[in-house]
Amino acid sequence: MSTSTTLEAPKSGTWDGGNEPLKASYGKLMMWFFLLSDAFTFGAFLIVYGLSRHRHLPYTGEPEAFAFSQQWWPIPEKVFNAFPGFHGVDLPLAFVALMTMILILSSVTMVLAVEAGHRMDKNDVQKWLLWTILFGSIFLGCQAWEWAHFISGTEEGMLLSDGTRIFGANLTINQYGPPLFADLFFFITGFHGTHVFSGVVLLIMIFINTVNGVYHKRGHYEMVEKVGLYWHFVDLVWVFVFTFFYLV
Amino acid sequence: MSSTDISINQDVHHPHEEHDHHHDQNFFEKYIFSQDHKVIGKQFLITGIAWAFIGGFLSILFRLQLGWPEATFTFLEPILGGWIVNGKLNPEFYLALVTMHGTIMVFFVLTAGLSGTFANFLIPLQIGARDMASGFMNMLSYWIFFLSSIVLFVSLFLESGPAAGGWTVYPPLSALPQAIEGSKGGMTMWLISMALFIVSQLLGGVNYITTVINLRTKGMSMTKLPLTVWAFFLTAILGLLAFPVLFSAALLLIFDRSFGTSFYLSDIFIGGAALSNTGGSPILFQHLFWFLGHPEVYIVIMPAFGIVSEVITTNARKPIFGYRAMIGSLIGISVLSFVVWAHHMFVSGMNPFLGSVFMFLTLIIAVPSAVKVFNWIATLWRGNIRFTAAMMFAIGFVSLFISGGLTGIILGNSALDIYLHDTYFVVAHFHLVMGAAAFFGMFAGVYHWFPKMFGRLMDEKLGYVHFWLTFVSVYLVFMPMHYLGIAGFPRRYYAWTGFETFNFFTDMNTFISIAAILGFTAQFIFLFNFIYSIFRGRRSTANPWHSNTLEWTTPVLPGHGNWPGPLPTVYRWPYDYSKPGAAEDYIPQTVPFSQTQSSNLPQERDLE
Repeated sequence: MSTSTTLEAPKSGTWDGGNEPLKASYGKLMMWFFLLSDAFTFGAFLIVYGLSRHRHLPYTGEPEAFAFSQQWWPIPEKVFNAFPGFHGVDLPLAFVALMTMILILSSVTMVLAVEAGHRMDKNDVQKWLLWTILFGSIFLGCQAWEWAHFISGTEEGMLLSDGTRIFGANLTINQYGPPLFADLFFFITGFHGTHVFSGVVLLIMIFINTVNGVYHKRGHYEMVEKVGLYWHFVDLVWVFVFTFFYLV
Repeated sequence: MSSTDISINQDVHHPHEEHDHHHDQNFFEKYIFSQDHKVIGKQFLITGIAWAFIGGFLSILFRLQLGWPEATFTFLEPILGGWIVNGKLNPEFYLALVTMHGTIMVFFVLTAGLSGTFANFLIPLQIGARDMASGFMNMLSYWIFFLSSIVLFVSLFLESGPAAGGWTVYPPLSALPQAIEGSKGGMTMWLISMALFIVSQLLGGVNYITTVINLRTKGMSMTKLPLTVWAFFLTAILGLLAFPVLFSAALLLIFDRSFGTSFYLSDIFIGGAALSNTGGSPILFQHLFWFLGHPEVYIVIMPAFGIVSEVITTNARKPIFGYRAMIGSLIGISVLSFVVWAHHMFVSGMNPFLGSVFMFLTLIIAVPSAVKVFNWIATLWRGNIRFTAAMMFAIGFVSLFISGGLTGIILGNSALDIYLHDTYFVVAHFHLVMGAAAFFGMFAGVYHWFPKMFGRLMDEKLGYVHFWLTFVSVYLVFMPMHYLGIAGFPRRYYAWTGFETFNFFTDMNTFISIAAILGFTAQFIFLFNFIYSIFRGRRSTANPWHSNTLEWTTPVLPGHGNWPGPLPTVYRWPYDYSKPGAAEDYIPQTVPFSQTQSSNLPQERDLE
């Protein structure tokens, strides 16, 4: 039926079989498809965030007069305004901006590692992987601090209608606003943090392999590329998480 | 290195070119932790059959209750123990039965058992590949599925019973352990089992997709693929995009249940006392669930579409009618399946305007579905039909799909659905269109590819008996249910004798139950035929059905690597049946046009 066949040899076009039509090995394709499905997981969580937030009232008063209340969704700048070593100083979003910068920087060093892999430069791959592991770990450390601060709360806490004060947040109570704000914060940043953690573990594994010369013997550093895809994805997801939780 | 080979990254796997050399595999490598797609396919099939019997048995238990509401079931005490109280089925256990029947059938039988079996078995064989892209991940996919099966199976034996909130596990019922017995440990295990199941599906899915993209043999372009492979490919894509959303929904539910969050919970009073949960929305879960749930019904039915297309065209000895339209309709159904989920939620308080949008999108699905049905019928039209057991089931599938599909148009109307929602009309609809129909596709596939799986043929006579008993009892069970549903008879009710309106239907319910028992009993004929034929069936030839696709060019029992020599090369589409001028009524895909000069069409002449 097709007009693409010649005498004894079948046609060898891009999609005619016997080749890699997307010019990617099966491993790389699998990573792409996994990331696509993971994007749907995160997409669902962010939609949950959007809908939950929509079910709560926004704060409508003057920004200067803002106070934490169960009545309205908090303004992120008022919640995330602490910085290690600057106790009591109002530095809205400064710390999370630093975290984000570090994560983006780790993506840059990942690109450099992949590029060094293309050149078959084992030493450079090692160097840049190490930097990526370092930045990834710093990001996780920052997140731990951010969580710890969020959990322990401010000195004032929140005055409830029955006269008691609550400090900090966990999965059931939240001094910064409705409990769901804390639930979503812990769940979504936690889920992302788990991804970063898995990424760091993967990076350490391929770093060890690189040091042992596994990829050099193999003749290519495709594994670094695959983990790189994952790492950039996790980085990209953070940009969305950051936007949802901190910016809008 | 030949690029048709799966050893694209030689570093990980040994080069497969030397596949004819002898592998010394011990029992475990060969049958248990096998990485061979054919063995994994059979593992999925056998597990699926086991689950189907468990799921079917559960349905017989609740049909007994519905058919004979006044009877005492002391004879079931040896099996059900404490679930029989004074000879009566425990009402909470009844709910658990319905829940587990749904979960088992939808996920473990018709998702894992159907696409797990046939996608694994057929994709590499039909595209001309040595194995799946990653045999290891494929093995992992089966064993994670097995683990998830174990978790669900064990939950059947909990003292508080398995999950009982319906297979859709809507919160708050499923989120609060104090709500019903079934929301205790059984629900936790349901969620764990489902999370594992999703992981297994994703591992399988990326494998199927990648294999179809990268490992097609020379000449096997996308428009020369058998329709089975198209169906499995699109099914895998649906699973890849839909299951993660169920994963998200399940994770949030786990947190609500076990860690005190309020994602789905708000303003709940139990025994007069308010729960502290506030701010969440149970409707949110419904949206997330049905975003998976609707594509899921196509994940169930599309492999059956593919199998039926293949079986019908082979046994009608005619090219499939409208090959490209078949692919187009599969793609159309796949795309539409993602934008219709809220038609399951017309009574959830949704904005009626939104309801009309979802109704409109839902009704559009009738178009590609009708394209498929007309194409199957047109393929049968004036064909030289061979009524093999597989063919009977394939034709039965078309019948069930039409009968069940027509009521889909009724239920897709938001105005009608508000009346029919959660009645037996819905039960009848989806059991015909995706339950029984998908089972028929699965049977057609088993009867048709059994010779390739086990090198022997299943007994045709027993196959006919199995077909007619099943076909008749399916209609006897589900046709009357439409009338129950129109009368407003609600589903999932343990007892209805307290309602004056429904007492009228006692005889009909008894009739349905008898038909269900008949249908379930008939499956033992299949089970016997299946097991007996594995060991004692008539020996098959390499191509018993005179079929065109590549799997029939392998030896009777293909070994690891599928083809002993080099991989086959593909020259033509898979449906050259009864081509005028050809020596035989089939021309396999591996025959070049230069060898079939007498039958080539004018446009194929220059290819000679």
